[in-house]
Amino acid sequence: MNINLTIIGQSIAFAVFCWFCLRYVWPLFANVLEERRRTIAEGLEAAAAAEQKLEVASRQSAEQIDEAKTSAAGIIEQANRRATQIVDEAKQQAQVEAERIMVAAQAEIEQEATRAKEELRAQVSVIAVAGAEKILGQAVDRAANEDMLRQLAAEL
Amino acid sequence: MAEAGAESQTVQDYIVHHLANLTWGRHPDGHWGFAHTPEEAADMGFMAIHVDSMGWSIGLGAAFLLWFRRVGLRASADSPGAIQNFVESVFEFVDNRVTEGFNHQNNLIGPIALTVFVWILLMNAMDLVPVDWITGIAAWIGDRVFGFHHMPFKIVPTTDPNITMGMSLSIFALIIWYSIKHKGLGGFFGELAFHPFGKWMMPFNLMIEIPTLIAKPISLGLRLFGNLYAGELLFLLIAGLLGLYQLPAHFVWAVFHILVVPLQAFVFMMLTIVYLNAAHEPAH
Repeated sequence: MNINLTIIGQSIAFAVFCWFCLRYVWPLFANVLEERRRTIAEGLEAAAAAEQKLEVASRQSAEQIDEAKTSAAGIIEQANRRATQIVDEAKQQAQVEAERIMVAAQAEIEQEATRAKEELRAQVSVIAVAGAEKILGQAVDRAANEDMLRQLAAEL
Repeated sequence: MAEAGAESQTVQDYIVHHLANLTWGRHPDGHWGFAHTPEEAADMGFMAIHVDSMGWSIGLGAAFLLWFRRVGLRASADSPGAIQNFVESVFEFVDNRVTEGFNHQNNLIGPIALTVFVWILLMNAMDLVPVDWITGIAAWIGDRVFGFHHMPFKIVPTTDPNITMGMSLSIFALIIWYSIKHKGLGGFFGELAFHPFGKWMMPFNLMIEIPTLIAKPISLGLRLFGNLYAGELLFLLIAGLLGLYQLPAHFVWAVFHILVVPLQAFVFMMLTIVYLNAAHEPAH
């Protein structure tokens, strides 16, 4: 248990070991722990950011759904209005068409009637002459009775 | 253990042999060599070195630092292995103690604390190796190979006051250095001279404060030495006196000693941090 050079040797060893530790050991672990601390912090930060993004996204999607609902309702209303309008237009057109058809039919009828009268008129003199011939038993001079026949035809 | 029964050796011889260091130094006649008896070692005085203490101390310190460096070089932040986890937990334990106990900016304190803690822990742990395993093998080799009868070989460096005082005086030097650096020479002297009773009581203050200051390294070194020396001595007494019944007694004492080994390393580290923290406080 003598105090001797060992005490100096140990002091030197202590200094060298502390220096070695300071230079070559401590920084390695300090860096690893710092790196891990940073990774964890970044991870947590990213998670928080993602959560926030999710919130924003879900709010946006809700907004978009609302918007879509509103616009869908608008479109349906518009379509309904348009359908009513089309039906109304169709009714109106149908009415017009019906009137037109009726007018055309009346015109045709009138035309037909006129044509029948004309034919009748054309034939009435022949019938009248033939009837008179039968009654008189002799030929009737058509030219002589032209005026009377024309009057007859006109009376029709 | 076996030697205890040999008729050529008394229990006292056994214990004295186990408490002696393998000493290499300058004999009184001027030539350098090993001391073959405790008397020769004592005659060498200061110009001698404890080869066993020095060897185990440097060996364990180097093993610790190189191992930590190896683990540190392979360390990854993402996927630490079991060994990295272990080393990191030691590192974090020390780092937390430094963060709690040291309130100033000095990058040297952490490495000092880590070195002190792990190194002393390893040196103390050598106490748990059964007393005659390595000592016995070394003595046998000394006897057969070098013709060195009863070669002493101590494997627990911290049972050598040179080792513990070497460290505590180094810490003391740092305390003085940082005290002067941060308080100034005047501030440092002022702390010794003008407290606790003001400047008119300066001699009295110095009489109180200087022993307080000097007691720091002495208590720091001797506490560690005393604890480990006593532990070692008890192991030797058990081995020397109890014969075959020593095994359960060794076991019981080893269990107690497992508490002492890390505790003393921890105490040394904590006091180092506290003393150096106080040295960094500005003068008041």
